[in-house]
Amino acid sequence: MSFRIVVLAKQVPDTRNVGKDAMKADGTVNRAALPAIYNPEDLNALEMALQIKKMRNDVEVIILTMGPPRAAEIIRESIYRGADKGYLITDRKFAGSDTLATSYAISLAIKKLAPYHLVISGRQAIDGDTAQVGPQAAEKLGIPQITYAEELLEVDENHIVIKRRLERGIEVVKSPLPALITVHSSAPDCRARNAKLLMKYKHARTVTELQEETRDYTELYNKRPYLQIDEWTVADLDADVEMLGLSGSPTKVKKIENVVLQQKDSVLLTDSDKDIELLIKELLSTHIIG
Amino acid sequence: MNNIFVYCEITEEGTIADVSLELLSKGRKLANELNIKLEAVVIGSQITDIESQLFPYGVDVIHIAQDTRLFPYTTLPHAAIVVNLFKEEKPEIALFGATSIGRDLAPRVASALKCGLTADCTSLEIGDHTENKTQTTYKNLLYQIRPAFGGNIIATIINPDTRPQMATVREGVMKKEITSKSTKGEVKVLDIEQYLSSDDDFVLEIIERHVEQQKVNIKGAQIIIAGGYGVGSKENFDLLFNLAEVIGGEVGASRAAVDAGYVEHARQIGQTGVTVRPKLYIACGISGAVQHRAGMDQSAKIISINNDPKAPINKIADYTIIGSVSDIVPKMIKYYKANSK
Repeated sequence: MSFRIVVLAKQVPDTRNVGKDAMKADGTVNRAALPAIYNPEDLNALEMALQIKKMRNDVEVIILTMGPPRAAEIIRESIYRGADKGYLITDRKFAGSDTLATSYAISLAIKKLAPYHLVISGRQAIDGDTAQVGPQAAEKLGIPQITYAEELLEVDENHIVIKRRLERGIEVVKSPLPALITVHSSAPDCRARNAKLLMKYKHARTVTELQEETRDYTELYNKRPYLQIDEWTVADLDADVEMLGLSGSPTKVKKIENVVLQQKDSVLLTDSDKDIELLIKELLSTHIIG
Repeated sequence: MNNIFVYCEITEEGTIADVSLELLSKGRKLANELNIKLEAVVIGSQITDIESQLFPYGVDVIHIAQDTRLFPYTTLPHAAIVVNLFKEEKPEIALFGATSIGRDLAPRVASALKCGLTADCTSLEIGDHTENKTQTTYKNLLYQIRPAFGGNIIATIINPDTRPQMATVREGVMKKEITSKSTKGEVKVLDIEQYLSSDDDFVLEIIERHVEQQKVNIKGAQIIIAGGYGVGSKENFDLLFNLAEVIGGEVGASRAAVDAGYVEHARQIGQTGVTVRPKLYIACGISGAVQHRAGMDQSAKIISINNDPKAPINKIADYTIIGSVSDIVPKMIKYYKANSK
């Protein structure tokens, strides 16, 4: 039996680089201008899985991602860096899922991949920053969780030893397997793409993507069946539809406000002695300092 | 039944963590508004004088579980105790710190109870909601308000149908307020054997642990002198420390300044650092990315010192001084000394 690692990864809008171009005239974010990227901490998670793959010769790294059809890019990117296989969980019925409904769907997919030794994901995704799906999936799978992982110290058939990064320090913990690990951004960065793997898998597609292609891939796929990326729908997961999407999500969004930079009545000062002294005197007289 | 519960974190020194006291202070106000009780959940080992620590914050009931195996925190036993206690007590609202403990524990609990959880709330309010489709009206829901999408939007989240309504809140977001001198209230000691799932709750072993006391206390500071990448060097940061010492403040920093190695991470303000709300915030050489502003835009007065008249932070500043930090900060020190008594 192989040592199976399931890596959870998500495609996210790049909210970190909301530059001037990404702001609309009214000061709100132009989401369409944000590129879709591999969630940064999920890359740290992939790296941890690939480190284990290097330490043992029986490791199989499987990528699981949930999202629209274009999220297949995450699977290709993972395979270029050394993952063995990937599954895309995609279905319109998942739309509107909060973290509880998402973790339900993901836990069903992980169960389909049993027996597994480890589930590894990033600590959180930059579009929501909730850090909830990992622990919620661990609960549904009934396995221990190690969050905020920074360094892999030891791993064998039955145990893993991980250094965790906490707000004010570190903690080294040993957990039996199977376990779920969420990886912090302070963990090692992911290795680059491997040129050979890139060449081998550049035509890997899901069924949905193949339908969009103008070129006929039939012959190529008959010869190289490993290029096929599998998609799983609600039916494949045997999921209870009531527990997915909006109906399976206890949290509802009541209101969304765009953050608009309001121009305050700002006093503009120079660096002259006169201006600075006036400012200090004003702060003193209004008891803001002093 | 149907009260507000706050999960209390325990520090290395065996006291209740600030973030939990802040949540209790907010919980007290919400409880008053809803006319329900405030209950604290304390899980640890050898905790003493819990009553004098918690009752001044207006706690009505303390649930305490003690066992040597319950400190330091590990996920499974704490989750089992909280889940089983909540099944009995059926809280209306449950609050956790958005810390490495709260963000580890709360989702596990929410998943077991199949209830909604909102992470990193920056504000909690009580309000009503009418479902458009069914015209059902929900009274007195918890509005869980949080930034999302990298801080570019503010979302109000509600959990109309599931209980408890769960939320995590970051340290420093709520204000810590003692409400009464009373040290009286009810203490319920939990028999942990009845709350744990099984011995398997203790499968995780802590091999090593180094957790420091919080040395830097920027979130409690009334005046913060914060430096960004524009400060330029570690040496220039000394100027900010000088100013902080003279006028009685603390030094904070943007992520860029911390990444550049000018100061330690404990001073980082913003979405990935702490949230502060001082009465004066002096931003030195900080351009003011949205992630940074999210951690300081509630400051009562903001002064921006920047070379760049177009720096985004100037838009939220009450005073903008155009010029170099190394020039202006010594002048501020000089004129403060000259004018203060």
